[in-house]
Amino acid sequence: MIALLIRDLRLAMRAGGGFGLGLAFFLIVVTLVPFGVGPQSELLARIAAGILWLGALLACLLSLDRILALDWEDGSLDLLATAPLPMEAIVSIKALAHWLTTGLPLVLFAPVFGLLMNLPEAGYKPLVLSLLLGTPALSVIGTFGAALTVGLKRGGLLLSLLVLPLYVPTLIFGAEMARRGVEGLDITTPLLMLAGITCGTIALLPFASAAVLKVNLR
Amino acid sequence: MNLNTLWAYANPKKFIQATDRVLPVISILAVLSLVVGLVWGFFFTPEDYRQGSTVKIIYLHVPSALMAINAWLMMLVTSLVWIVRRHHVSALAARAAAPVGAVMTLIALATGAIWGQPMWGTWWAWDPRLTSFLILFLFYLGYIALWEAIEDDDTAADLTSILCLVGSVFALLSRYAVNFWNQGLHQGASLSLDKEENVADVFYYPLLVCIAGFVLLFIALVFLRTQTEIRARRMRALLARERMG
Repeated sequence: MIALLIRDLRLAMRAGGGFGLGLAFFLIVVTLVPFGVGPQSELLARIAAGILWLGALLACLLSLDRILALDWEDGSLDLLATAPLPMEAIVSIKALAHWLTTGLPLVLFAPVFGLLMNLPEAGYKPLVLSLLLGTPALSVIGTFGAALTVGLKRGGLLLSLLVLPLYVPTLIFGAEMARRGVEGLDITTPLLMLAGITCGTIALLPFASAAVLKVNLR
Repeated sequence: MNLNTLWAYANPKKFIQATDRVLPVISILAVLSLVVGLVWGFFFTPEDYRQGSTVKIIYLHVPSALMAINAWLMMLVTSLVWIVRRHHVSALAARAAAPVGAVMTLIALATGAIWGQPMWGTWWAWDPRLTSFLILFLFYLGYIALWEAIEDDDTAADLTSILCLVGSVFALLSRYAVNFWNQGLHQGASLSLDKEENVADVFYYPLLVCIAGFVLLFIALVFLRTQTEIRARRMRALLARERMG
């Protein structure tokens, strides 16, 4: 399992664009928003938390089809399937690798982007915490979507259509938590809900992803 | 009727024979109850003292919203049957129900907007009920798109039924998440079995007739579409056999 994780991480780093692309996309979104809504700093401060969450979500979404597509094309997914490792473990590792290469950098760089968006001081800790708690769920749900569409020729757009509705609860609680942090309100309830969603998806969704992947490999 | 006799209709031939027999009856009943319910509702009920004549959109709005959710539930059940018992008719019924459910969702959203404009002063508000219906519509779209995208029939049936299961959980989760996210503008349930507070009787009875009409219409459409799917698949099999010589 660890070997697989290391292999995926190494591939993501060396193939170019694994680490950087998601982050660059995040930066672009954050840069474009002021062009869209105007540069008034108080307006930016009010929407900063939501925009940062949305940017993180879209950056996550863009890199989803890379989770399984490359391994599917060169046949290493078939090899992995015949390996003694259960399929559930494989998809979990894939999701973990995706989170380490996409989710975690987003979490780490979110404060910098918060600075660009004029995020109020009180908002930093809840924002980072909410992203830290929420992005694993995004990766796990995304792996399910990637497993669903892995056999398709042009799965990219369909993948977004399938995955985005599934992201709704995570986004609601994550952005709500960040917003409440900015306004100095109590963040306990959304924090617990977000943590619950993440734990639930991590525990249950790999079974669905594995089942789907088995069907696709049939 | 016990379950053993029900499973007999998993045989496509028996399904087509049986539905052929009941389909005309159901269709006529659906048209009849829709005409009676809508005419009764539109022309023979008083206007609400506050809402005026706009109240009459309830005869389209409530039944379609009801069927939008029930269609998804039906897809959930038939998907489970497909996963557990591998009856093709079941998977095809789920496929057949999806576009009907999507249209029902759209009707509910559209009639709601038309009613909301004069009453709430806005076509659309990010109210929990409205939002969760929009999300439900997105789920329908994704489900239909996945069916269309996959060429192999059995693979498509497997993948879409798992998507339906996972989607149901997330749809339910979204339903409660949006409650938390925004306060509602939408009124409470207009109908319920255990509450005294239903809509007034003058509106209630034509509404029930309309709901019956929508349920029958849904059943008729699903039967018809499932039959079409079965026949299309049979035709493809025949063509393939002919090409093989």
